[in-house]
Amino acid sequence: MKVLVPVKRVLDYNVKVRVKTDQSGVDLANVKMAMNPFDEIAVEEAVRLKEKGVVTEIVAVSIGVAQCEAILRTALAMGADRGILVQTEDDLEPLAVAKVLKAVAGEETPDVILMGKQAIDGDNNATGQMLSALLDWPQATFASKVEISGGEALVTREVDGGLQTLGVTLPAVITTDLRLNEPRYASLPNIMKAKKKPLDTKALADCGVDTAARLSVVKVTEPPKRSAGIKVASADELVANLKSAGVL
Amino acid sequence: MAVLVIADHDGAHLRDTTLKTIAAAQKLSSDIDVLVYGEASAVAAQAAAAEGVRKVLTAESAELKADIAEAISALIVSVAGGYDVVAVPATASGKNFAPRVAAVLDVAIISDVVEVVDASTFVHPIYAGNALETVKTSDAKRVITVRPTAFKAVAASGGSASVEGVAVPAVTLKTRFVSDEKVVSDRPELGSAKVIVSGGRALGSADEFKGVLEPLADKLGAAVGASRAAVDAGYAPNDYQVGQTGKVVAPNLYIAIGISGAIQHLAGMKDSKVIVAINKDPEAPIFQIADYGLVEDYKTAIPALTKALG
Repeated sequence: MKVLVPVKRVLDYNVKVRVKTDQSGVDLANVKMAMNPFDEIAVEEAVRLKEKGVVTEIVAVSIGVAQCEAILRTALAMGADRGILVQTEDDLEPLAVAKVLKAVAGEETPDVILMGKQAIDGDNNATGQMLSALLDWPQATFASKVEISGGEALVTREVDGGLQTLGVTLPAVITTDLRLNEPRYASLPNIMKAKKKPLDTKALADCGVDTAARLSVVKVTEPPKRSAGIKVASADELVANLKSAGVL
Repeated sequence: MAVLVIADHDGAHLRDTTLKTIAAAQKLSSDIDVLVYGEASAVAAQAAAAEGVRKVLTAESAELKADIAEAISALIVSVAGGYDVVAVPATASGKNFAPRVAAVLDVAIISDVVEVVDASTFVHPIYAGNALETVKTSDAKRVITVRPTAFKAVAASGGSASVEGVAVPAVTLKTRFVSDEKVVSDRPELGSAKVIVSGGRALGSADEFKGVLEPLADKLGAAVGASRAAVDAGYAPNDYQVGQTGKVVAPNLYIAIGISGAIQHLAGMKDSKVIVAINKDPEAPIFQIADYGLVEDYKTAIPALTKALG
């Protein structure tokens, strides 16, 4: 069984987000970039499925600038077998990413596509669902538990009000939520080994899909700031304040 | 221009997320229809009574009731021809199917809209709400999810829209519903609660989480929320999580107890009207955005607070 894991290069989640003064976007110059945390969870799950003997091959794919190779190497160090970089300077929207991934899936014919439920830059939470629709494969989003057997994935999902379990016939798209697993740190020997694992680079144009932007960014601004209020010394003082603020 | 709003409901009640999405739709057009799928009969009448609704469409099937994304998106696509905009409340359910609708229609999805600038220009948060992006779409048809906390609900009564059933398109599903494990609670839902009492990792155990927060929540008629750390540690169910990847809330009063205030948590609650932070660590980042801070161990502060509330 083959798993395809799309991984995105994003601003490291620990880095403070700064909006550019010309309002053209978020400043990504000379800041630490890393694998989208939800995608790390997807890689980890694929590796665990391989360790259980359910999965035989894990292919990681990233779409973006040449530096995405570092993100793919991280996936390889965690346990992916092979990497594919679809190289482009364009910042693709979820629909375009889904189209590119559909083309990659057409070539790779995976049984499962495991991916993060959202990227922490755009926060769209859309690409997996779009890919599922374009491929006409079933989807199981926001997974907190995945079990694969007999051509079906049983997926427990984090939904409004609690959990839902679905059975999806493979091939399927599964998107990961936070509590699916805790991703491992790659060991130094595995990081060294990852440097020798195969990594193919192809140009976006070779995918033959229309990735033209549908949205134009008018501006990016900072949200209104909240400032610190007052410190109170006791619960009684707190209640008195809340009463005078009219919220009790 | 016509807008199709997809109703969020529990089979018996229309949620106010729907009324808030209708409010967002009103910024686009006065021709607003509401689609109620699943167990639609009781809810359709409530949708028809909502302010500003032209027509209510209903569709019922077992798959729709089970909230299967493939079935819901096929239904929406089958009626989308008559609309310029499809507006979906940005709940876990809405985010599950709305991008599929956009993909099938070959248009962009615009997620978590917090402001409608004009018919093709929308503002939405990115980077955990650390930036607000204004985007203009070139697509003729638009699919948006609407962050309910950013809009004031339209009136739940006064309207008299007509109700009509629509055919459920035949879909060969490769998804089967296995089970639901819903948290049953008499408390208000997090998304619509006026007061939220929220706990973090400092609570230390599931028993403590319940034992400390629930009496306070009962006294305040509040919903209970949690930080990601508390949910990860198993102190609270996933449905309680407030933050970038959990629920986004904006109650009148948000009481954060033993929550340090990671940026990912702040993303889910910083639009609350009044924020109270109770934490024994005076350096906790939550104090930087709290209107009222009490530097005290929750073990003494919460019983005292519950008592002070009378």
